[in-house]
Amino acid sequence: MSRPDGPQRPPLSFAVGRRVIQLPLVASLLVVWVLLYGELSPAVVASGLAVAVAIVWVFPLPAVDTGLRLRPYGLLVFAAHFAVDLVAASARVVRTAFAFGRTPRSSVIAVPLRTESDVLLTGTAITVSVIPGSVIVEVRYATSTLFVHALDVQDRDAADAARRDVLRVEERVTKAFGTRADIRRLEEKAALEHALDDGEVL
Amino acid sequence: MSTMETVLEWVALGCLLGGALLSFAAGVGLVRFPDLLSRLHTAAKPQILGLILILIGIGLRLAPDPQVGILLLVALFQLLTVPVAAHIAGRVTYRTSRVRRDLLVIDELRDQLDEDKAGPEQR
Repeated sequence: MSRPDGPQRPPLSFAVGRRVIQLPLVASLLVVWVLLYGELSPAVVASGLAVAVAIVWVFPLPAVDTGLRLRPYGLLVFAAHFAVDLVAASARVVRTAFAFGRTPRSSVIAVPLRTESDVLLTGTAITVSVIPGSVIVEVRYATSTLFVHALDVQDRDAADAARRDVLRVEERVTKAFGTRADIRRLEEKAALEHALDDGEVL
Repeated sequence: MSTMETVLEWVALGCLLGGALLSFAAGVGLVRFPDLLSRLHTAAKPQILGLILILIGIGLRLAPDPQVGILLLVALFQLLTVPVAAHIAGRVTYRTSRVRRDLLVIDELRDQLDEDKAGPEQR
């Protein structure tokens, strides 16, 4: 692990003996339990709580939360784009699938992301696989670079367009889940890239 | 049966049919695409959307029943796990050189890996 920053004990957690119980984890397990039962009764909640605490106790996880925020407006924009893009991406794959007699040729392109946060890198990687015409092939953690396989991308222009798509996804993920510092860093780097783009192609 | 219920029935029907069609298209893509990396696209996109549509269709028909929650879980975990599975499959194919290079127009990962081999200063 090359970026050991953040507090030792995550927020919203307490220690029981030598184990740390992370409340957000317990809460999400409880929600899953209630959804599985399909009813919200005291018995279900109590048993869910017991199971959740037991799981967190027996299988302790290292804290990953080093800066995940939920921003309502950003989340809304993210969700709306996600839905629209999911439909568009599916349509594209379907069109390519039914274009009989033509073998699709593709490209593997490198996309250097601007974020330095693990959570945002992961979020972007997951989102990118579902939405634009790309699937993650490799993640280079040290330089925050994603290598994506872009379906039916046959030339430089299409590759650049695919790269911009991924960067836009990163921007939306950052604005939905990032900390203030993450958003500021993204905007600074975006401005820098704009300035560079006038002179040369990436 | 009220008009509202009829409308919902039709919407549910549309979702189920649309989902089925998308899943079928995903199957066609799976057969027709030439290599694993392209096939991953069909698993990651039309398949997820198809499943979500089918779940919405089922959800609309079950509507007042609280069991709908379980459908939400199915969709959520599908969205979270399919990209991860696709990534692992893609990475393994690439690393074991089972990628059809003749089908790749641009390949920046190979350039990067060649660079790494030449000067192993990173990682």
